[in-house]
Amino acid sequence: MRLRRSLTRALPLTPAVALLLLFLAGPIAYCAYIAFTDLQLTGQAHSSFVGFENFRAAFRDDAFLNAVWLTLVFTVLSSLVGQNTLGLALASLMQRASKPVRTVVGGIVVTAWVLPEVVAGFLLYAFFRREGTLNAILDWLHLPTQNWLFTLPILAVSFANVWRGTAFSMLVYSAALNEIPKEITEAAEVDGAGGWRRMWHITLPMIRRSIGTNLMLNTLQTLSVFGLIWVMTRGGPGNRSQTLPLFMYEQAFQKSMIGYGTAVALLLLVVGSLFSLVYMRLLRTEV
Amino acid sequence: MPVRTTPRSRRTGRRLAADAGLLVVAAAFALPLAWVVLSALDPHAGLRVQVPDGLTLDNFDAVLKPDITYTPLLNSLILCGGGTLLTVVCAALAAYPLSRFRSRLNRPFLLTILFATCLPITAIMVPVYALFVRVNLIDTVQGTIFFFAASQLPFAIWLMKNFMDGVPKELEEAAWTDGASSLQSLVRIVLPLMGPGVAVVTVFSFVMMWGNFFVPFMLLLTPDQMPASVSINDFFGNRGTVVYGQLAAFSVIYSTPVILLYVLVARRLGGGFALGGAVKG
Repeated sequence: MRLRRSLTRALPLTPAVALLLLFLAGPIAYCAYIAFTDLQLTGQAHSSFVGFENFRAAFRDDAFLNAVWLTLVFTVLSSLVGQNTLGLALASLMQRASKPVRTVVGGIVVTAWVLPEVVAGFLLYAFFRREGTLNAILDWLHLPTQNWLFTLPILAVSFANVWRGTAFSMLVYSAALNEIPKEITEAAEVDGAGGWRRMWHITLPMIRRSIGTNLMLNTLQTLSVFGLIWVMTRGGPGNRSQTLPLFMYEQAFQKSMIGYGTAVALLLLVVGSLFSLVYMRLLRTEV
Repeated sequence: MPVRTTPRSRRTGRRLAADAGLLVVAAAFALPLAWVVLSALDPHAGLRVQVPDGLTLDNFDAVLKPDITYTPLLNSLILCGGGTLLTVVCAALAAYPLSRFRSRLNRPFLLTILFATCLPITAIMVPVYALFVRVNLIDTVQGTIFFFAASQLPFAIWLMKNFMDGVPKELEEAAWTDGASSLQSLVRIVLPLMGPGVAVVTVFSFVMMWGNFFVPFMLLLTPDQMPASVSINDFFGNRGTVVYGQLAAFSVIYSTPVILLYVLVARRLGGGFALGGAVKG
């Protein structure tokens, strides 16, 4: 009787659970399986189990190590440093700014965030190209210009990711800063604490948890960026902006090695899961 | 003579400094946006921001054709509309028992959902492709819709459950005593009361799918089925030289719906909508 009641109650969950199992858990399990095979796209009828061979191959592969390094650079530059710091700076400046400025600035930054990924990619492609806006400005200031997408591709795509992703941090930090009681900052001000000291000793400790969750979410977002880099550089020139998702794609489809590409995907998933677990820890949510 | 600073003037000074700082950053953020707007109206658009020497709608005229704009946008609409509908219906149904009934399974289920919310979906696109080839779902609109819905579901369920928790249970209990079933009370009482919540989940799912490039790029092969997020690539390469004015015009057309949707929902719920459930910290 009780069992039947709980089953009836759980009934509405079935469509969602079915979709999640078939289209999300299924592929993840399949991913974990084919990462250990030599599955290829072309010709081969059967794939065989190769154990950890794909992973061993990966860690011997300079192109893979290059992709790991670039992913690290991309994540640290754009997410940890760029989006996070700029988002916090914008949010705390907004606390003091006048309302019209706040509205305009918020509007512009959020628009960059809402734009479709590919459009954002094109806009920044145009910005960084040799004939683009950045060089026009540098030229006007009599500063040296260069072909950014060729000389510093990873820096260009990192900036692009900052441009696109900062709004998220800004919104998170604005919400967090609004929750700090006014009396605390005012008391510190009366005691003569300057802006930086208030930031360091009061604000930052008080929004500690928001910082943690924001860093986690930014990092996870950045780990899975594909379209933005694909549009701007295709991972090139050579493989100088080829982060792990692009490397995975190249191995699986341009070189037809699905097994190897999936092994890379699995590594990415594992790293993502670790971040995800830390994030849940930080959230310490009362579900 | 030293200027005596009163707290008031100090505050004004600080506000001006903050305004100035913000405007500088905003200008940097605005440059790429200015490019797309100006180039779309510029008969001689190039790659840099420049004031057009004459405004024209020719770029829009040139791209507003079935094969360039209407078909991809219609495809986007079918994919994202279908995906969103499926997501919202499944999420509303799933959130109901999670929000209304106590069960030992709720907590593990919700934690799994939260975990899945954060997974980098990009990573599983290669195995999804391989799987779709096996089960003959590759290059099908319905397959892509199913995957879209599944990838958006964890976050949608999580958000929906949080919104649903805000609807008091007493109202339903009255309906139950009158003999309404759970489904009836969900549809007639709970969902109407959490209208803004449903709107947020709907708009958020739609916006995420509308802008997504990698999923249709991998799962669809026929050019006729491509949504705008993928077809926009045709402006490069295939057609020879890039006509930047037309690319910009298309970008404007393609981006407008999501910006409008965002404004609609953000207005209604204030600032950081959709962050509510995920980043309470």
